[in-house]
Amino acid sequence: MDPDTSVPLTRRSVLETGTAVTVTALTGLPQIAPGAEPTNDEAPPAPVAVELRVNGKVRTLHLDPRTTLLDALREHLALTGSKKGCDHGQCGACTVLLDDRRINSCLTLAVMHDGQSITTIEGLSNGAALHPMQAAFVEHDGFQCGYCTSGQICSAVGMLQESRVGMPSYVTPNLADAHDALTEAEIRERMSGNICRCAAYPNIVAAIRQVAELPT
Amino acid sequence: MKAFTYEHPATLAQAAAASHRPGAKFIAGGTNLLDLMKLQVETPTHLIDINRLSLDRIEETANGGLRIGTLVRNSDLAADLRVRRKYGVLSRALLAGASAQLRNKATTGGNLLQRTRCIYFYDVTKPCNKRVPGSGCAAIAGFNRGLAVLGGSDQCIATHPSDMAVAMRALDAQVETVNAAGETRSIPIADLHRLPGNTPHLETTLRAGEIITSVILPPPPPGIQFYRKVRDRASYAFALVSVAAIVETTGGRIRAARLAFGGLAPKPWRVPRAEETLAGAPARADSFDTAATEVLDGARGYGGNDFKIPLTRRTLHAVLAEVTRT
Repeated sequence: MDPDTSVPLTRRSVLETGTAVTVTALTGLPQIAPGAEPTNDEAPPAPVAVELRVNGKVRTLHLDPRTTLLDALREHLALTGSKKGCDHGQCGACTVLLDDRRINSCLTLAVMHDGQSITTIEGLSNGAALHPMQAAFVEHDGFQCGYCTSGQICSAVGMLQESRVGMPSYVTPNLADAHDALTEAEIRERMSGNICRCAAYPNIVAAIRQVAELPT
Repeated sequence: MKAFTYEHPATLAQAAAASHRPGAKFIAGGTNLLDLMKLQVETPTHLIDINRLSLDRIEETANGGLRIGTLVRNSDLAADLRVRRKYGVLSRALLAGASAQLRNKATTGGNLLQRTRCIYFYDVTKPCNKRVPGSGCAAIAGFNRGLAVLGGSDQCIATHPSDMAVAMRALDAQVETVNAAGETRSIPIADLHRLPGNTPHLETTLRAGEIITSVILPPPPPGIQFYRKVRDRASYAFALVSVAAIVETTGGRIRAARLAFGGLAPKPWRVPRAEETLAGAPARADSFDTAATEVLDGARGYGGNDFKIPLTRRTLHAVLAEVTRT
């Protein structure tokens, strides 16, 4: 007897019905609110001129004001070293230095930085000579897949500068002291805005410790 | 992101005047606004970039306090030695918030005006009375682990996400504003944020066209300043419960206490009766417990956030034990 035809409720119909029920259950009934879907029927806004000094070179762009600094770097200047991870300021893969301070380039607009200096991972090395932080990441294997690495390195460079000028962190024991030691706990807290999905954290910390001239 | 036009006025008067344009919004650090614009939770049609206004200084006031310009970055405010030495609770609260990259961008005024991180406010496919008035609240019967147990309403139980504002609430800060006519106003921080009631979309008492120019810290009150933040990760997470405490103790007795709480309510939460109870009380567990009961007066859990009620009690105990330790 063929089990697929002997009963009205076939295996296939059970599977298909089951699948359909599951999809409904997963998607839930609340439908997308009217007007919530992005629409593309509006005319693009007039481009705005912006002059950025990127890795020491002045670059003039004409951008839709919606362009984030990250998209300006990647899509308009072909500097694809800065990565788009979450695009919401949560992962740190897009970290660049803006006037030597680390920021999330996905959460700012390029037009807001007319006349300012941006350093990306491409601007850290001196010709073929790697920046000490880049060399330390290579030496300590501070990555696996590498996607977060350019953000980690830019962030670490900014972090060491913050520490050198005496900026405290949440784990700094005594805030009244102008300068506190950069311990491993300090490095981990100060780097918490850079997520590594491969969890290469021990090696990232080791690389940063080496550049900070702490015993590893 | 919806299309918008962009301007960067050079003067405060121009910025305030531009804000009367329909659909206009100010942008400073942009770390919250742009996040929300990408999700179309916020859809301004005109952005007024105020970063070029000279509002980025920290100055001493005549009576020994500090005036913090609205554009002072969170990282610079936390690192200022005057803040670290006289207002440690504020420095510590700032450093407990966000990541270093975000603090380098986020501003004082923007931190006060940031929106809730309620997941239903962020999800434009779900009802939210704050985002779309009258559409309902998906949080009350939904995933409400991070949401309010105090000060909410049957329309909204969103929490205010700031750490900085909690410390400023304990310090009795004043928020200074100006409007397009040049009129200035000083708002006690206690009165800046509204409770949701039937109008959860109205979050502050700022008027149309009014722009925050600075935050004034009065001279620091005597006592030990302390900030404790309890969260799901050791770093870079919003508070489940936080406590900003300023407590003066002599001879085993509390002379005066100020306690402000984050993570519990739609605004930084302070309960004068709890502070009055502690004033003059022995620094002992029974006093702390009475104060905790008063802080939690009217507290209500919604299932997922029930744990915040005992967590608040325990956190307050731990904080008061720490700051009264001799």
